Amino acid sequence: MTAPAPEIETLEDAARRARRDAPYLEVQEVGKQFGSFVALRRVNLEIRSGEFVTFLGPSGCGKTTLLRGIAGLDPPTTGRIMQGGRDITHLPPAERDFGIVFQSYALFPNLTVAENIAYGLRGAAWPKARRRERVAELLSIVGLADQAPKYPAQLSGGQQQRVALARALANEPGLLLLDEPLSALDAIVRQHLRQEIRSLQQRLGVTTIMVTHDQEEALGVSDRIVVMSRGRIEQVGTPAEIYDNPASPFVAGFVGHSSRIEAVVDTPPGIIIASGMKLVAEATRPLLYGARVTCFIRPEHVRLARLAEAPEGALSAVVTGLEYLGPVVRLSLEAGPLRLLAAVSPGEFAALEAAPGAAFAVTLPPEHLMVFVEDV
Amino acid sequence: MSEAALPVVGSRPRLSADQVAMRAGLWLAVAFLALFLVLPLGTLLMRAFETPQGGFAGVANFRDYASTPALLAAAWNSLWTAALTAVVVVPLAFLYAYGLTRSCMPAKAAFRAVMMLPLLAPSLLPALALIYLFGNQGMLRGVLLGHSIYGPIGIVVAQVFYCFPSAALILAVALSTADARLYEAASALKASRVRIFRTVTLPGARYGLVSALVVVFTLVMTDFGIPKVIGGQFPVLATDVYKQVVGLQNFNMGAVVGIVLLAPAVLAYLLDRWATRQRAATLSGRAVPLRPLPRRQRDVPLLVLCLVIAAVLVGIVGVAAWGSLIRFWPYNLSLTLDNYDFARFDASGWDTVWLSVRMATLVAVIGTVIVFIIAYVLERGAQDGVLPKLARFAASVPLAVPGLVLGLAYVLFFNHPANPLGFLYGAVAILVLNSLVHFYTVGHLTAVTAIRQLDPEFEAVSASMRVPVWVTFGRVIVPICLPAILEIAVYLFVSAMTTVSAVIFLYGPDTKPAAIAVVHMDEAGQASAAAAMAVVILGITTAAKVGQLAVGAVVARLTQAWRR
Repeated sequence: MTAPAPEIETLEDAARRARRDAPYLEVQEVGKQFGSFVALRRVNLEIRSGEFVTFLGPSGCGKTTLLRGIAGLDPPTTGRIMQGGRDITHLPPAERDFGIVFQSYALFPNLTVAENIAYGLRGAAWPKARRRERVAELLSIVGLADQAPKYPAQLSGGQQQRVALARALANEPGLLLLDEPLSALDAIVRQHLRQEIRSLQQRLGVTTIMVTHDQEEALGVSDRIVVMSRGRIEQVGTPAEIYDNPASPFVAGFVGHSSRIEAVVDTPPGIIIASGMKLVAEATRPLLYGARVTCFIRPEHVRLARLAEAPEGALSAVVTGLEYLGPVVRLSLEAGPLRLLAAVSPGEFAALEAAPGAAFAVTLPPEHLMVFVEDV
Repeated sequence: MSEAALPVVGSRPRLSADQVAMRAGLWLAVAFLALFLVLPLGTLLMRAFETPQGGFAGVANFRDYASTPALLAAAWNSLWTAALTAVVVVPLAFLYAYGLTRSCMPAKAAFRAVMMLPLLAPSLLPALALIYLFGNQGMLRGVLLGHSIYGPIGIVVAQVFYCFPSAALILAVALSTADARLYEAASALKASRVRIFRTVTLPGARYGLVSALVVVFTLVMTDFGIPKVIGGQFPVLATDVYKQVVGLQNFNMGAVVGIVLLAPAVLAYLLDRWATRQRAATLSGRAVPLRPLPRRQRDVPLLVLCLVIAAVLVGIVGVAAWGSLIRFWPYNLSLTLDNYDFARFDASGWDTVWLSVRMATLVAVIGTVIVFIIAYVLERGAQDGVLPKLARFAASVPLAVPGLVLGLAYVLFFNHPANPLGFLYGAVAILVLNSLVHFYTVGHLTAVTAIRQLDPEFEAVSASMRVPVWVTFGRVIVPICLPAILEIAVYLFVSAMTTVSAVIFLYGPDTKPAAIAVVHMDEAGQASAAAAMAVVILGITTAAKVGQLAVGAVVARLTQAWRR
């Protein structure tokens, strides 16, 4: 704590500070079983107020199950969920404080855009005038002010998505849950909308959890990413942490592109042997001789040079395929039995005169090799 | 602090108001189905194993049954007439449905409407028409070359008419769900038309064909009106149940015959369920609908065939209508409305018609509410536990239970001295309940289909906005499903208007429905009056169907503006 603490702290101040520092949402030891299938295994997670957190993982990893547990749609079989200091584990959805956007949006097709947004604004707290005001405000927030009298079927996918978002935010919920909100849209709209969601979230400061299987989406919008696999949390971290320092082979393989290299620790320390080839990997220095390791390297870290200018310790590799992707060119390489991906800029690509069948000198910078000791 | 050691004491699971409402709905559904379906059928089963004195008879009743040649003959007669009808009607219905779905012939809507005609009349109507044409005084009697229309010939011909719409409907659905991509792939592979028909069309429709065969078979097995009117001395299972119960007052043997009748119906039902499931599995959500292109060599013959079939359907109804207007068939062919003065033939006169209308309206109104709410609760409520599964199964059972069997079960159950619900017996209420339960499943399936098309997360979204489930039910679910709800209501109304078998054991002296009056007048030799009554029923059901279209259009304008 670097903040200057007051000389005397009243009980009230202490309580306020505790509330501010305490996580807004706490998931403790949460497990979920469907019959004999274990969907979640003892998941622990803390989310701070105002954070944008993404659950990322392949289908069936438990990310949607966890989200539905937090929403109270499928309460967990074990464990506890706290929201704002309140135990909500077994509260029915209607007694919780959240708004949700589903993959299908679940807009009521027989109600207009305005009626959809006003759907939850009922009861004594929402007299007609106030409700109309709030709907107008929400419509302008999501940029659909002129669409109020239309039915959902008359809107584009992206517009429907915004209506769903406005509807979820109408009651000013403390927590916004987004279940694959963008996956029904085409690529360009998706990219545009995710930034809109992000800026809206930052403007309103609402704590948000988004479920997605799209890593680019997760990296692009999140404060923190929760990578999940087979019912477990593999890693929690900022996008940079997840990408640069993956905590497990799964994360390294799932987030971003990478080449996987199986190797054995050799002598002297810091040297590994992969398919008979010597590689330098500083991270293996403390490991025992003969330990099996799995290494990953990102395509953008693989360095290419002409054979004539080969640096020391370089491998010789043959180009087997190339993909021109615009900002980068991705090359598939074979260095003996090793298969590698390399990404080079178009300029570099032109300079190298790479073509399928051409041979190059490939270096794997030791500081960029991500090393994992294999579980025995 | 070790996270594993964290004390995890959560709050107890607690039901929300929504869940309580859904749970209550589920219990109501279970209670309704138990009281008006399961318990009566259980009573029927027990009676089959009782002696007339109420003691336990073991299988003695069944042994009596098996050793009575007349009864066995009836079972055999039922089987073969049902099988023959199915074999005749399904190919005809297939061609008709093929014309409706896979050709470019004109006036498809009109053909579709004509196809439904037999469903709107009591099954007695074609039988009466056939008697006019081929009966002892029929004008076309010579065509039969000395054979009598009273017996298997009349039964099969009348059943073909009566079952045609059911088979054609099933096949039209099966044929309309084709995937155009399969046809494109087949013709890209240079397959001939015959080969495409054999390798794509028929396999695509095969489960529809199985369903149609099974449904027709069951309809014939369990129909009572046609064999009653035109069966003559040709005994079948349905008339046997009636004879045992009404003629001989032998309820136990009636129960035995009822179970014998139930067995093939249940088997057929299971086969149909299997076929339906297979059919659902062959349909992919990404199928591209097939749009037929005009081709004269196919369209013209199909049009001719459909015209002939439609003419026969209209013709048979027309003969009955004409016969009802004739002064004295076949001697005095001048027209008269005397036959519509029902008081001359039956003490109840027109009252039977009004009773039927009242009863069918009650079935439609009460039934639609019950059917839709139960379907909603079963589809959208909690799915855990055995209760929803049991209720869902029970909701599908009535389809397999012949009306006569259910009617007999009601007699045995509600007429039992110890039953506190006995007051229902002899009142309109029991006719309403019995018809409602008898026709329950089709309505249920219609409701389920409509509800399944809704986004599965409507209730979850509502709960997140703290809107109770009953508000969403009223504001979203019901308005979206209104066309289906209207269809259920009209289906129940028409079925209740036309049914004979469901109510023949249950009407009282003051609660005689019109369809029963048709049977009675025919029994009394007043064929013209019987035909007139059948035509009146047809008129009312047709009006209801036309009303459905009119109301449907208004409803669509008012509540379905969002569809486009």
